[in-house]
Amino acid sequence: MSLTRADVEKVSLLARLALTPDELDALTVQLGEIIRYVQQLGELDTRDVQPLSHAMDLTNVFADDTLLPSLDREQALANAPKRDAECYRVPAMLGDESSR
Amino acid sequence: MSLIELTAAQLRDGLAAGRFSAQEITQSLLERIERVDRSVGAFLRMSPDAALAQAAASDQRRAAGRCLSPLDGIPVALKDVLCTAGEPTTCSSRMLANFVPPYDATVVRKLREAGLVLLGKTNLDEFAMGNSTENAALGTTRNPWDARRVPGGSSGGSAAAVAARMVPWAIGTDTGGSIRQPAAFCGTVGLKPTYGRVSRFGVVAFASSLDQVGPLARTAADAALLLEVIAGPDPQDATSAPVAVEPYSRTVAEPLESLTLGVVREQFGAGLDAEVGAAVERAIGTFQALGGTIREVTLPHSGYGVATYYLIASCEASSNLARYDGAHFGYRTDEAAMGRAVADQQRQQGADAADDDGDSGLLRMYRQTRAEAFGPEVKRRIMLGTYALSAGYYEAYYLKALQVRRLIRQDFDAVFGQVDLLIGPTTPTAAYCAGEKLDDPLAMYQGDLYTATANLAGIAGLSLPCGFTRSGLPIGVQLLAPAFHESRLLRAAHHYQQRTDWHTRTPELS
Repeated sequence: MSLTRADVEKVSLLARLALTPDELDALTVQLGEIIRYVQQLGELDTRDVQPLSHAMDLTNVFADDTLLPSLDREQALANAPKRDAECYRVPAMLGDESSR
Repeated sequence: MSLIELTAAQLRDGLAAGRFSAQEITQSLLERIERVDRSVGAFLRMSPDAALAQAAASDQRRAAGRCLSPLDGIPVALKDVLCTAGEPTTCSSRMLANFVPPYDATVVRKLREAGLVLLGKTNLDEFAMGNSTENAALGTTRNPWDARRVPGGSSGGSAAAVAARMVPWAIGTDTGGSIRQPAAFCGTVGLKPTYGRVSRFGVVAFASSLDQVGPLARTAADAALLLEVIAGPDPQDATSAPVAVEPYSRTVAEPLESLTLGVVREQFGAGLDAEVGAAVERAIGTFQALGGTIREVTLPHSGYGVATYYLIASCEASSNLARYDGAHFGYRTDEAAMGRAVADQQRQQGADAADDDGDSGLLRMYRQTRAEAFGPEVKRRIMLGTYALSAGYYEAYYLKALQVRRLIRQDFDAVFGQVDLLIGPTTPTAAYCAGEKLDDPLAMYQGDLYTATANLAGIAGLSLPCGFTRSGLPIGVQLLAPAFHESRLLRAAHHYQQRTDWHTRTPELS
């Protein structure tokens, strides 16, 4: 299984990254090498092995159902790159070509 | 003896005896930083006035007999991945260059509550991704033992600051070796606690099932003191372990039990530098002299550790870093400029050339923001993780890696039925030259060969100085312990340091 430039371009869309043509070229090579390297895991027979997603055996950690202080609106908005009164300001999601 | 040469335990005793004040300590360290950090570059940000104010407040508390803890007034440095309320927290990324967290990480809160003086924030590989601190976007850190070489990473700034006597101890984070590896490269002690031992609340996430916070210090005794402050369950972190904190600072000096130490055969094979191997062999001899029994053991799947680690860590990173959207906090591209660029492109290529995959102003803003603000290694890992999680590849890569993770964990479970600790090299080589591996990610990743498996299994690990190469670079020996056996780990390291003086050497800096 080898990685093509078109694969990398598609992944860059999924990853929400705009890549330059040079970056696409470089990543096609580098990711290809990394993918070939990690394919060594295929040597292992893991048919009956349960995946381990987490090192701890904790399940269902519950918190008390009590009200605690949380960030107020000003604090939450304080780091917003762009805001409009009480809202985060973002470019149009549909239709509008201008990004405002 | 100059105050900068004292360990935290010695500073604690001196403060208690009234031999010096917290302000004198902080002043000495600030002068040291002023003199040597130009050549080391350990700190991203200092706030001398704020540090001196904290020290003055500590002196007042002590005079009034109201110390917050025995460590009240001792300075500490923080890797710039821990949130500090009202002070920038950047992860050495352009993405967070202007980010000011609204709250403290739990670890930071605990340090403040114990009265420690927060001296400054240290440099790291961007978002803690790397093992050389060369991926840092906001600063350059050099190895205090040789300015041509890297300090290791990702907690390179914290390790370099401790080694260069700019601070007695510091906080780092370890996802695949990021505390232990720079500790080895800089000649300090570095402890990665058991997963869940220390709260991750307020620690900017890289790979949530692997990240763990821990101390870097010159001695194991100091690491024990600092761990005791920061460890413990936290209601704000559901993955923090409901396991009581041991009095590490007391148990560290207790007599050493007769330990059986496992030497992992696979760790002394190809790829291990001869000088590093010889120094680690001598350290094994010292542990035998301390009453330890050595037994050869095997971790059959350890050779798959790096591949497993990079898949899992990158998958988790691609998900965690999805939060950087240019909308809520952090960097955002200049949309007016972006709009002009898109219009230019469309004019050149014709109107039909516009990307038709859900193209919108919002999507373009996301992609351009992230393109401009993430560095090459972060992009590489986001891409690898996104690929490995995408439809058609999930089973082959991510799921497969999780299965191998269990095999690696079972290897450790089996060996810890036979031995109390594992001992081996922390890194395959001593510190390498800056630039040497920057264009070869796979070569860089091999640096995590001996460390990453502990994160996958969630166990505790520690690196401590065990010698120097002929060219004068520090060498680290790694001890690994079963989950929640930090006490045993620290005690073994402490007794080793009672017999050796590697940790007392200071790099020559002008």
